[in-house]
Amino acid sequence: MNAIETEHLTKRYGPVLAVDDIGFAVPAGSTTGLLGGNGAGKTTTIAMLLGLLVPTAGRIAVLGHDMARDRFAALARMNFSSPYVALPSRLTVRENLIVYGHLYDVRGVSDRIAALARELDLGPILDRPAGQLSAGQKTRVALAKALINRPDVLLLDEPTASLDPDTGDLVRTWLEQYRAETGCTILLASHNMAEVERLCSDVVMLKQGRVVDRGTPAALLARYERQDLESVFLDIARDRRQAVPA
Amino acid sequence: MRPGLRRIWGLMYRHLALYRRSWPRMLELAYWPVLQMCIWGFTARFLAARMGNPGLIAGATLLGGVLLWEVTLRSQMGMSISFLEEIWSRNLGHVFVSPLRPFELIAALIGMSVIRMLLGVMPAILLAWGLYAFNLFTLGPVLILFFINLMIMGWAVALGVVSLILRHGSGAEPLAWGVLFGLAPFSAVFYPVSVLPAFVRPLAYALPTTHVFEGMRAALSQGTIRWDHLAAAFGLNLIWLAGAAWLFARQFHAARVSGALIAIGE
Repeated sequence: MNAIETEHLTKRYGPVLAVDDIGFAVPAGSTTGLLGGNGAGKTTTIAMLLGLLVPTAGRIAVLGHDMARDRFAALARMNFSSPYVALPSRLTVRENLIVYGHLYDVRGVSDRIAALARELDLGPILDRPAGQLSAGQKTRVALAKALINRPDVLLLDEPTASLDPDTGDLVRTWLEQYRAETGCTILLASHNMAEVERLCSDVVMLKQGRVVDRGTPAALLARYERQDLESVFLDIARDRRQAVPA
Repeated sequence: MRPGLRRIWGLMYRHLALYRRSWPRMLELAYWPVLQMCIWGFTARFLAARMGNPGLIAGATLLGGVLLWEVTLRSQMGMSISFLEEIWSRNLGHVFVSPLRPFELIAALIGMSVIRMLLGVMPAILLAWGLYAFNLFTLGPVLILFFINLMIMGWAVALGVVSLILRHGSGAEPLAWGVLFGLAPFSAVFYPVSVLPAFVRPLAYALPTTHVFEGMRAALSQGTIRWDHLAAAFGLNLIWLAGAAWLFARQFHAARVSGALIAIGE
């Protein structure tokens, strides 16, 4: 069963074709990477999956709900994290999590916040304003917000951007554990190829708004005869080499 | 609590938490209404001292106008600025990908508007009572109907402002502070509609606020309740609010098509 399905998804801004007739499916319980250079259409695709953006054409279904007609039913079971969307900086971490606990209709929100604080080591910063946190702390808080409703589908836009290697590794380890424990489906947009190789069971490669390749990291490495995903990414981005036919 | 009510409360809690830890924001709420009351209160006292009984009535009309106009203004600003707070904190992306429905967002903004209006206007009302012996509550229960109409008008204008912000981004921000002042001359806040030029009067009578202020003057000077003006105010408010809701729905959809929701703070 697929948690996310897109068919003929297209987004046009006037003369600019940002997403060009793409289609992909994300199996339930998997972690799928959405890769591509700047302007490849990753953010536009994620915005359409979240209902922030209306597609010019095509269809999106999340957890069986058609996003054009029934997006709120899907949104209640989804969540999202991005370092580029902030939380109110004057509110404390606890207040922010209470707000989103209510917005997602979480029952027993205090208990949920306590559990997240334990799991993500937020205890010492729960009552500090969100604007006074370090980049690593903000990332953990953003993850706590994204997990407040125990989502079945989690969309992550560069979740470890601007983190030091240690904190980045902690976040990746935690995401692996969370997916294994809950069966959550994760769609990950990232420029960190090592992260994608580690976390993702499937990869969708975007270029100029189109899906140019897809498969497991191992299959992509074999197809492009490369040792790492970064080389595959560069091959695709720079049109250096075609995949070797199987 | 029902899920919809919880979501509305969640968004209101976000603003209440912000005000709780920001005394400049609390001060700003009451600052202008109190300042206005000081200026016009002394003016009214001066008129009463010079003109006797007619001056007393003119002064009371002036103070009533000041206080009731603040109800509209603070209701409009309370709603518009609460929406702007989400833009300033770059938080709208998270809000719009939550299950919060657009009408729940509006309900939360209205809730904050009522709280902000009461916190802003009540000190001015008490000041008018204590300093100038003008008790707005002597208008009686009809005052509640005046308040309701003035608040609805404020919300309708605020919805229009929010719609323009959705369409034009932060470039439309200044409207949140200034737009309602453009309607003040036609709302007959301090003078009767009959003072206005004949060609302007139809515009004045199309504003719900005009009927409230005409009703207020009748209550203060003659002690009568003008139900015809109140009915007109309610009817016009329905039209204004429906028009503003239509505009909001249209602009919200347009923002989802154009991608403005993603880049609204830029």
